[in-house]
Amino acid sequence: MELITIIISGILIGSSVYLMLSKSLIRIIIGTALLSHGVHLMLLTMGELKRGNVPVLDPEVSNYTDPLPQAMILTAIVIAFALTAFILVLALRMYKEIGTDNVEEMKGVPHDD
Amino acid sequence: MTTNILALLPIMIPIFAGIIMLFMGKRPVMHRVVSGISGLLMILAAIWIVAHVFQNGTMVTYIGDWMAPFGINVVIDMASALLLLTTSIITFAVVVYSFQSIGIERERYYYYVMVMFMIAGVNGAFSTGDIFNMFVFFEVFLLASYVLITLGGTKIQLQEGFKYLLVNMISSNFFVLGVAYLYSVTGSLNMADIYLKLEDYDGSLVIMTIIAVVFMFVFATKAGVFPLFFWLPGSYYAPPMPVIALFGALLTKVGIYAIARTYSLFFIDNQAFTHQALLLLALLTIILGSVGAMAYTDMKKVIIYNILIAVGIILVGFSLMDEVGTIGAMYYLIHDMIIKAALFMLVGFIIYRTGKADSERLGGLIRKHPVTGWMFLVAGFALAGVPPLSGFYGKFFIVQSAFDNDHYIAGIIVLVSSLAVLVSVVRIFMNVFWREEMDFSTLKPIKSDKLLFSSIGLVIVSVTFGLAADFLYPFFEMAASSFHDPASYASYLTEVE
Amino acid sequence: MKSTLKKAGYNKVQKQVHDVFLQFTAKVVFFIIILFAFKLFFAGHYTPGGGFVGGLLAAAAIILLLIAFDQKTVEKVIPIDFRLLIAVGLAFAAVLPTLSFFFGTPFFTHQHTYVNVPVFGEVALHSAVIFDIGVFLTVAGSALLMIKLIAEEDA
Repeated sequence: MELITIIISGILIGSSVYLMLSKSLIRIIIGTALLSHGVHLMLLTMGELKRGNVPVLDPEVSNYTDPLPQAMILTAIVIAFALTAFILVLALRMYKEIGTDNVEEMKGVPHDD
Repeated sequence: MTTNILALLPIMIPIFAGIIMLFMGKRPVMHRVVSGISGLLMILAAIWIVAHVFQNGTMVTYIGDWMAPFGINVVIDMASALLLLTTSIITFAVVVYSFQSIGIERERYYYYVMVMFMIAGVNGAFSTGDIFNMFVFFEVFLLASYVLITLGGTKIQLQEGFKYLLVNMISSNFFVLGVAYLYSVTGSLNMADIYLKLEDYDGSLVIMTIIAVVFMFVFATKAGVFPLFFWLPGSYYAPPMPVIALFGALLTKVGIYAIARTYSLFFIDNQAFTHQALLLLALLTIILGSVGAMAYTDMKKVIIYNILIAVGIILVGFSLMDEVGTIGAMYYLIHDMIIKAALFMLVGFIIYRTGKADSERLGGLIRKHPVTGWMFLVAGFALAGVPPLSGFYGKFFIVQSAFDNDHYIAGIIVLVSSLAVLVSVVRIFMNVFWREEMDFSTLKPIKSDKLLFSSIGLVIVSVTFGLAADFLYPFFEMAASSFHDPASYASYLTEVE
Repeated sequence: MKSTLKKAGYNKVQKQVHDVFLQFTAKVVFFIIILFAFKLFFAGHYTPGGGFVGGLLAAAAIILLLIAFDQKTVEKVIPIDFRLLIAVGLAFAAVLPTLSFFFGTPFFTHQHTYVNVPVFGEVALHSAVIFDIGVFLTVAGSALLMIKLIAEEDA
């Protein structure tokens, strides 16, 4: 089970790298979203996957899943959500302001004159 | 009881200030008042914290009343306390500086709110004792910094801000990955607890080295260390001056603090590789920063490359990890935060006054602004580490430690870099203030009282810090002890048991 | 110079169509989603759910209205400034943990008790629910603010 999730997260991160290397803004943004998904899956795997157990520590429960990675993932997902929201609005602003969504055309520093 | 409240004040004051400003809506003048007051309150709280830590040792509070290794806790040792104090002072100065320089439009669009939330994140990252909580605070201040770097929406801000955002997003994801690996090895998130668990760790060194490299990648990207500094000169060039001053003074330093913490607490088993690699990268950063600082005549660029030199020097101190080296690194860290903010503000004043960033096109300003000129020279000397000023002590201890550990090349590079710094800063001074006079009629009529008030104030703080360095030595000795002797940082856990 | 956005016809966004079916269904589904959001919100803490999911769902319900009707109508129906919503939410989330100082307990320490309510029987009453209300409002407010900003840029 761990092996499968690790491979899946590898695929996710690999495709995110492919997307982020492209020139279009929207593809890059989708790439960052995929990257965070891959990383979160990895985080979940690191807490040891046990199916069918509850993430609760109770005197009566002897076999429980580690709740900490799940709590961490929740936090990380919230942060990724906020970032994605912000970067989408930013990309739209950039498209309006610069007039292109091709990152190749976004370079150079204007000089004061 | 006092610890419970006191330890959280540096985080809660800016958050409450931000919320109050959100309720006020778009009223710039009220925002100024609230952020100024909260800056003052933060300084007071930080002084109190430093005094408290100095008397009673490391300050710990358990959030939510959960016991130490299980819940999140806020741990403020001397290093954190000093950094909190410096952050508060710089925040207050930058807020006062912003009154006249940031522009009413940006102020209306919640500029001060974002500054306050960013400071809350920075203070949180300095004071937390939990590695995942540190990630959360990193994200808090990064999110605020994304807004600050793009606020105003000029073309260059948007394009550079997007690159800044992308680089930091990727490195943040790697931060989560590093925390995940670390958690799978140790099963804990509390930094002191991880140290205790890794102290008698007998598993594979390979996985720990990989984690060390992942953390190195993450924090080196935030701090701008050698191979990963590429985004820094571009991104720090784009936003307006007060924002650059905040970023240059605080954000890279949070990365350095995180490197120092993690490398002193977690990666102690394979120092021959990890700390040597850190030293090598630090030296390369110094060399590259020196080349950049000497190559440009654009004042902003020169100071930005000087950030890289400072990052390198501090990391040399932390990578040596002995007592003298870490004391030097702490001295230099505090010194550099203050002096970088002061220099950016002075350069900002010149740019606002003349409208030009290229120092070659200016000249003779000493006749119009003698105080600014001499203050700039003093700040430049302090940056280079001329003896009675504050930069000297840090460099002295770092070089001494490098020679003690037979890293002669490292010591020599640090010494030679001072020359590069001196040349780059004095060249700006000569170009801008000396030479034949430029056309004074092109100067922009700006109100300069508050711009100069905060920048000269910071220079005075820096000079006082240099003169009082002897008196402050016990504080820095105490601060350095949690880096070169991590058991003292973790003692709050062992004493409970 | 051809950008993907242009290729996807971004410049040629049609004016909103007056879709009777969508509008009628949205009116009904809106209440179902809002109720489900509140159910998830109150289910939180002991069972899956909580402020974040509830807030997102509530925002989704309002976004559904935005899709079905236009922005003016939605603003008339829900006359709330989303920035204020975020501020109120943040205030809730920041003030409650600070209150624990007055009880002499560390930050974020929560209190709970059980109350007998006539119809529902024994109900757990948590101080954490106030914090969760804050999370709910902040998440809903920020999601809606983002959509509103994008929609305004469009117009």
